[in-house]
Amino acid sequence: MINLEPTDAATQDQVLDLANLTDEQTAFSIEDLDLFYGDKQALKGVSMRIPKGQVTAFIGPSGCGKSTLLRCMNRMNDLIDNCNITGEIKLEQQNIFDRNVDVATLRRRVGMVFQRPNPFPKSIYENVVYGLRLQGVKDRRVLDKAVEESLRGAALWDEVKDRLHDNALGLSGGQQQRLVIARAIAIEPEVLLLDEPTSALDPISTLVIEELITELKNKFTVVIVTHNMQQAARVSDNTAFMYMGELIEYSDTNTLFTTPAKKQTEDYITGRYG
Amino acid sequence: MTIGTNVMNSWRKSGSPMIWLTSGAVSISLIAVIGLLILIAWRGLVYFWPSTIYQFDVVNPQGQVETVIGEVYEIDSIPAQRLRENGHNIPSEVTEVESKLVKTGNREFVELDFRWLLGPTITKQQALPNLAVFERNKNGNFYGFINSVTVDGKKKTGEMATLVATLDDALARVETLQEQADELQSSEINSINYKLEKIRLKQRRYEIDNELTPERLADLDAQRKTLNDKYLVHEAKLFKFRNEMTRDFVTVKDMRGELVDINLSYLLSFNLPNQMGVITKFGHWLVNIGSFVMDDPREANTEGGVFPAIFGTIFMVMLMAVIVTPFGVVAAIYLHEYAKKNVFTKFIRIAVINLAGVPSVVYGVFGLGFFVYILGGSIDELFYPESSPSPVFGSPGVMWSALTLAILTLPVVIVSTEEGLSRIPISLRQGSLALGATKAETLWKVIIPMASPAIMTGLILAVARAAGEVAPLMLVGVVKMAPTLPVDGNFPFFHLDRKFMHLGFHIYDVGFQSPNVEAARPLVFASSFLLVTVIVGLNMAAIRIRNLLREKYRSLEH
Repeated sequence: MINLEPTDAATQDQVLDLANLTDEQTAFSIEDLDLFYGDKQALKGVSMRIPKGQVTAFIGPSGCGKSTLLRCMNRMNDLIDNCNITGEIKLEQQNIFDRNVDVATLRRRVGMVFQRPNPFPKSIYENVVYGLRLQGVKDRRVLDKAVEESLRGAALWDEVKDRLHDNALGLSGGQQQRLVIARAIAIEPEVLLLDEPTSALDPISTLVIEELITELKNKFTVVIVTHNMQQAARVSDNTAFMYMGELIEYSDTNTLFTTPAKKQTEDYITGRYG
Repeated sequence: MTIGTNVMNSWRKSGSPMIWLTSGAVSISLIAVIGLLILIAWRGLVYFWPSTIYQFDVVNPQGQVETVIGEVYEIDSIPAQRLRENGHNIPSEVTEVESKLVKTGNREFVELDFRWLLGPTITKQQALPNLAVFERNKNGNFYGFINSVTVDGKKKTGEMATLVATLDDALARVETLQEQADELQSSEINSINYKLEKIRLKQRRYEIDNELTPERLADLDAQRKTLNDKYLVHEAKLFKFRNEMTRDFVTVKDMRGELVDINLSYLLSFNLPNQMGVITKFGHWLVNIGSFVMDDPREANTEGGVFPAIFGTIFMVMLMAVIVTPFGVVAAIYLHEYAKKNVFTKFIRIAVINLAGVPSVVYGVFGLGFFVYILGGSIDELFYPESSPSPVFGSPGVMWSALTLAILTLPVVIVSTEEGLSRIPISLRQGSLALGATKAETLWKVIIPMASPAIMTGLILAVARAAGEVAPLMLVGVVKMAPTLPVDGNFPFFHLDRKFMHLGFHIYDVGFQSPNVEAARPLVFASSFLLVTVIVGLNMAAIRIRNLLREKYRSLEH
């Protein structure tokens, strides 16, 4: 089901002109997004286009709004009381804040992996098929196939293939995080949102996950939030720097890290603040 | 001096006094609980031990020597002064006199089956080996010597051993007959009566609805006739059994020296405790406990067992658990997951918690007024007009008791379920939602299974509280003596409209409403011990289930 061969999307590994992306090249198009938690404004007029089939990283100091922006993309902020959003986020030309958008369907298309591994207290197998079971898939063979492919896709298969029916909580932190990724890709989303996926992991697990992210972009559009600039430099094609709820600079990773256009960006990536 | 204060000061600062204080509090609580259990268990269980039977020679106030036979029930010291005031002749150097309470049985021949014997009046006390105790299903125990056994009209006398053997055989025969008669009565005859009543109600129903056509009436009459014929056959059989049972009797010489015939159909068991060794006594003790747990009560609950009360208690508590769990869990889910967090929900939460503090008898009054009269009355009017004027659900019953206790324990379940829900990390909810689950799906698939240990905790607390409640039950369904259990072999098997017996009420009834206080006292302890055992048993079962669930979802501690 999950084909990790390169897609024919032309965007693969290309350096794109982010300011003038065509609609075909765009996964998300964010327009003039403001977000308030009560009185506090967390996002200020953010506008950007996130390209398909590439890895886009959000960097910035703590509290700059990068996670908030990420959580807007699958409407996870709906869970928070007092959260008001104005502006638009378009997924495939469709504003995801529209009344007639079904949140569950949106989240099926836009998967998410959180900072800390959060497997359900079920077996490894049941964790992976959770999303498929929600969609009503009952055929044992389809489920078995999906489990193997997703776990292979998340580079976990070889480690767990003999104990698929053991409790997922018996896995190590890094394995749990890869299981959560497997769980997310099992339902074949179009976009995968990663919210600091390695911040709770040791360096070796981090390395495995980073390798995995570069694999994943062959199939999915990946948006990653990280406060580790080396990580952003290593895994992403494009990088956005945010500060105090504003999008300061957004360009391909190479440019942003070597010749930043803004003083604030330069200060941050050279470690002068943040 | 200064060093002394320093030592005291540093001892105080080290925290040792706090450790002593706290551990002392724990010890006192433990001692109180264990002491209570030991006292109840001891006084309850000792009752079943076959005690030695003595023959006393007693000088009565008229100066004659009288023979008293019985078991020593209690020994007490009475101040000599008081006895002198009552006209007893006690030597002046004596200050206290030992006095024995003797259970003499033979209720139909003496005024009281318990008697105080003063130490100085007893001239002789002997445990004669041939003294026998007969347990009867009427009039309590009988004490005396076996004189002869009459089997099938033939009187047999002679050696004690052969008499005992003959009596054993004859008694075994009666027991078999009794079992057959009971079986006949409880299954066939009972079921015929139940069906006859059903037919009567059916006919009444047709009459009320003006649908009683001659054909229907003929049909009902035919059914009635078949049942009546069957009944007569069974009845004849039953009378035959009963007749057979009265064939044999045992002749006993009692303490007045007179011969008394005891028909074997009244005899439950007999034994010669003075000839028993410790092991035999232990065997009898176990049998006695077994029959206390398994038998029906007799003689205004002062004899026999408490099985209907145990059954009623457990059945009612389980019924309550089945009602309260879904209600409490659903309410807690709404309060915690869906309701907006505002002043109104805060107010509701406080109200729920305060409900737990309402005295239980108030719930009983509510149950009687609302469930029994209003709900039950309406149900009767709508569905059982044919049984009028005798109520079906419009009178106290096991269902209303379970419902009343369910309301009583609802707050406990709501509070602990809510606590369980709030302990589930938000990351798991997000994980589920991010996979495209709706809120309801997340609840069913992730949240509720994970909150199940907390729900079980609520249930444990609810069961513990409900099993011990008596006051509200007295208003909504408990009776001193229920003729039938709420579950039997007649369709629909569960009869939730029936009244039931309850161990807690049984204790109250035996202890305070009994005509025979002395005979009832050990039963109070035995029943209390049993009630504690039942509650602990129910709790242990629930705790076991909770621990299994906890093991399954142990995850969330990090």
